[in-house]
Parts: sequence; structure tokens; C-alpha cells
Amino acid sequence: MKKKLRAVIIGPGNIGTDLLMKALRSDWIEPVWMVGIDESPGIQRARDYGLKVSTNGVDDMLNFIEEDKIKIAFDATSAYVHAENSQKLTARGVTMIDLTPAAIGPYCVPPVNLDQLLKEGHQGNVNMVTCGGQATIPLVAAVSRVQAVSYAEIVATVASESVGMGTRDNIDEFTRTTSSAIESVGGAGKGKAIIIINPAEPPLVMRDTVHCLTVDTPDQPAITASFQKMITEVQRYVPGYVMLNTPIFNDNRVTISVQVEGLGDFLPKYSGNLDIMTAAGLRTAEMLAQQPT
Amino acid sequence: MNLLGKHVILHDMCLRDGMHPKQHQISIEQMVNISGALDQAGVPLIEVTHGDGLGGASLNYGFAAHTDEEYMTAVVNTVKRAKISALLLPGIGTVDHLRMAAECGVTTIRVATHCTEANVSRQHINLSEQMGLDTVGFLMMAHMVTPEQLLEQGKLMESYGANCIYCTDSAGYMLPDDVTARIALLRSELHKDTQIGFHGHHNLAMGVANSLAALDAGADRIDGSAAGLGAGAGNTPLEVMAAVLDRMGATTGIDIFMLMDAAEEQVIPIMDEPVRLSRDALVLGYAGAYSSFLLFAKRAELKYGVPSHQILLEMARRRTVGGQEDLIEDIAIEMAAAGKY
Repeated sequence: MKKKLRAVIIGPGNIGTDLLMKALRSDWIEPVWMVGIDESPGIQRARDYGLKVSTNGVDDMLNFIEEDKIKIAFDATSAYVHAENSQKLTARGVTMIDLTPAAIGPYCVPPVNLDQLLKEGHQGNVNMVTCGGQATIPLVAAVSRVQAVSYAEIVATVASESVGMGTRDNIDEFTRTTSSAIESVGGAGKGKAIIIINPAEPPLVMRDTVHCLTVDTPDQPAITASFQKMITEVQRYVPGYVMLNTPIFNDNRVTISVQVEGLGDFLPKYSGNLDIMTAAGLRTAEMLAQQPT
Repeated sequence: MNLLGKHVILHDMCLRDGMHPKQHQISIEQMVNISGALDQAGVPLIEVTHGDGLGGASLNYGFAAHTDEEYMTAVVNTVKRAKISALLLPGIGTVDHLRMAAECGVTTIRVATHCTEANVSRQHINLSEQMGLDTVGFLMMAHMVTPEQLLEQGKLMESYGANCIYCTDSAGYMLPDDVTARIALLRSELHKDTQIGFHGHHNLAMGVANSLAALDAGADRIDGSAAGLGAGAGNTPLEVMAAVLDRMGATTGIDIFMLMDAAEEQVIPIMDEPVRLSRDALVLGYAGAYSSFLLFAKRAELKYGVPSHQILLEMARRRTVGGQEDLIEDIAIEMAAAGKY
């Protein structure tokens, strides 16, 4: 077995900490550094797990990249600081996995286009789209790989507790980025994304509905089989990704709903929207690690 | 109740909330005729958008017969005195839609969120205010929170730049005392220059009574809809509200007989079926479910055989919020499979 790829996580908040929990279990990735901008519970937690920490941003760890053989960086900060982080790290040969909405690099939805990105040799920076994108674009692609999809629309319903201020301050970014990736990664002619935030207690588990309009009459058995195959792929890194009921076919319209329950590593299980981001980010890193060198 | 001499801004909803019972299929000609008649009657503010707001055209909520841009342009070019408003739900529409509406000549933007989620409206309210538009924060399903919680959310929208805050009874669940408590607290705690509005649904036949309670507690704007055309049992019927206010000596600037004519001659004829207090609508109001779920539940009944009012009860039981239409078919399938309804 290959040696694990050594990684830095930037951003010791909820997402960064959940990612750390997952990475600590990985056969392919070894988290070495946690980078924050000040002392915080997340930094202390990382220290407790034996990671090196910086409380002064990425600059304090840049000199250790070679010494500590850092190959992968996960950025769980914000779009505003991502560009600078990315520039500093990719210049030193580190592959940046961007969990922010910055989208400097190509979108990456692991079961849909990661193989392609690896084949094309994208080693610099990849972007994990949005939570709604990770949850739904595999399903759009499951239809578009069977037959042409002229339009796809996703509705992500998430628990209020799981939506942070970053998303709330710029909710349009969710809408735009997800719509754009439904087209460029999902393969739909036109994409649309809707997000609904529900404050019910106990919090509801993330739920996503995907509607596709196929150009020709949908091949129901082929599409149903394709959904099942795709869901199995996603379950490899998000076991709680399950189909609700069976796909609904109505003329050229195909509708499928899924529920996304997280592993509950650091984030609560209902916030499958956050879990699928950290899991997809880690999955991307693991696939990179498994590349022949 | 003394409303003598009080000035009330009545805001018509039939070309936006009325899009729900019309499945968003109102024609441009109908929009022009109705808005023209409302304008002539002196209705000061008319809302024109897809039922689910700017950008609402979708498989999930239904595609409209025309784009928001086409509807708004046609109405703006029709009216002589009335101002035109558009609804925007962050998460469905974006600031791009907002800019487009302003370019069409819309001068009031109403940014709508669920009553606990006001902080998703910051960028839209900020922009609308910066553009010098009449900017309204519209807190939906307001029966689901206490007056204090509603105030906290209203204050957020006010801090972003809204010059008017709405208590929105999307489910038609509130009774007059519920309205009084919410509006009175908003009125006493928000800035004195911030206007207060109330948007009712007639699911418990409380549209007019609730709107009067709102005015008595200090509201400035009241939403209604000519002939009541709106989701569920419809909105507060605007011509009825105007007539009642006239009897009470409040001023609206509206010619009540011309408004009655508009409702009777322009709006009633376009209805696919009478907007009335059906069992489904009553269940919406009684249990507290979002009014535009009604037709989706009826379609699910046709397909799966589960009575629509039972589906609506279940939607209320799950504490769903506006926009969760995609859950209705799933619930119908589940209930049909379980055979429990």
C-alpha cells in the first residue's frame, strides 16, 4: 500500500473539524496541520488530536510544506480568503481542495467528474461546488448519461441550524454556483437551483429533489438503473445518502428525491448538507492519493 | 374600533398571489385588463410576479405562461397612477432578478423569508434600498413564531434597509388577537418611520377581521386581492376591505364601486374555479399549512387517491414552510403505501 498523502486543513470551524474527524480515519490521507487565524476551540481540538497548528493563517506553515511533505490542502474558510491561500499553496506544488464558494478551479463532484479531472491532470485547485450541488448533481448526471437532459432543477431543503452565516449572507452564490454546475458537471442544457431553509425542531435531515426534462421520452428502466448505480457510488463516502420512494416519470419529466444523513462525526447527523461537502472533499483527496505516480 | 380618518395603503395581490390558483397561467391581456381596472379604481400598489416570486418559474412550482419581465413590463406600461411591486424569495430569486424588475419599472421590492430566516435577505434588501426602491421585508408563516421572535426578525430586516415590515399570515391561521399581538409589538418597537403591513389569507374567513385588527394595532399597509384571487381560500378580498374601510371612515383613495366592478367584471371571469373556503382551504387555516400547497395536494389526490386535506394536514404536522411543494407528492406516495388516511 502507498504511503498516505499528508494534508493541511485550513479553517478550524465546524466544516474543518468534521473533515479532520473523517481524515483521521482515512487509509489514504494523513492530516498533519490545522490552520486558523487565532486560538479557538477548533485549534485546540486539532492540537489534542496531535496535529501541528498555526494561529496566524497559512503563512506560518508555508515553511513546513517540504519538511512535512504536505501534498494536499483543504480550504474550509471563505471565498474571500481562499484565493490568497490557494495561490500560496499551489505555487508550492500542493493540491488545493476548495470547500468555499470561490470556485477558482474546476468544479468537482467525485462520482461524476473526478476521474475526468484526474485524467486531464488537474492537480492545482478543485472546487467542491455547494452542498446542494454535491447532493444533486450526481442524480442529474445519472439521467444525462442515459439520454439528453434539456433542463434540470434541484430543490435542496435543509435544516436552519445547518446553514451558517456565510451561506446566509450570500445565498445567491448558492443559487448561481449550483445552477452553473448542474449544467457544466451535471450535463443539463440549463440548470436551476432552489434552496429552502426549514427551522423545525427536531431539525429535519437534508432532503433534495431533482427534476430533469429529457429531450426524448425517458427510458425508464435505464434511468432507474442509472440512479441506483449512482446512489451506490455516493454511498461509498456518504452512507446515509438514500432514495426516498421511487423515481417519478411524468411525460418527459423525471423526478427523484433523496435524503442525505451525515455520519455525525462532528456535525449533527441531520446536517447531511455539510457532511456531504466534507466527505466529498476527502473522497477527492483519497482518489488523488490512489493515482499511480 | 376607531379608524376614522386613518389613511390605509391597500396593496393588490391578484396578479401575484392570484397566480397560484391560476397555476401561473394568467395571460398578458388579462394582466393588462385587470391592472388597468385596478389603476382606474385608484388602487395605489399592485403586485405582479410569478406566484412564488421573481425566478419562481420552475418545474417545482410551475412555469408561468409568460416571463416575469413580460408581465411586469406590460403592467407598468398600462397603469397611470399605481405603483408596481414584485415579490422576491431569497433561495429562489436572486439580486439579478431584482435588478431586472427595477429595469422593468417596478418601484417596490418585497423580500420574503420564512419568519425565522430573515438573515438570508440581507443582500437583497441592501441592494433594493441602495437602488432607492420602496423596500419591504415580508416575514412569512408568521403564526409559527411568537410576537417577540417576529420582532427580532423584523428588526434584522429593518437594519438591512427595509422601510416596511410585514407580518404575513401565509397559512391563514391567525385569529384577530394573534394579529393584534404581532402588529402592536412591531409598531411599538420598530423605528417610527418604518411602516408595518399585514398580509392575510381567508382560510378561516378572517381576512377582513384580521386586517382591521392589524390597522387598529398600528399597521399602515394591508394586502388584499380583488375578488380574493389568491392561494388557499384566497387573500383578503380587496373590494370588501375597501368597502368596510369606507364605512368606518378610513381613507384609501380608492373608488369602491370601480374596485367592485374590477373584481366582478375582470377578475371573477378569469377564475378556473371559484376561490372559496373549501375543505382543503379550511384545513390549511385550521392546521397552519402554506396556502399555495392546496393545488399540489389536489393533484396528488388525483394521482394517488389520498384525500388532499389529509395530505395538507400532514404537511402542517411536519411543520413545513413555504416552498416545500416537492414534499407533497412524496407524502401522498407514503400515505397511499401505508393505506393510512
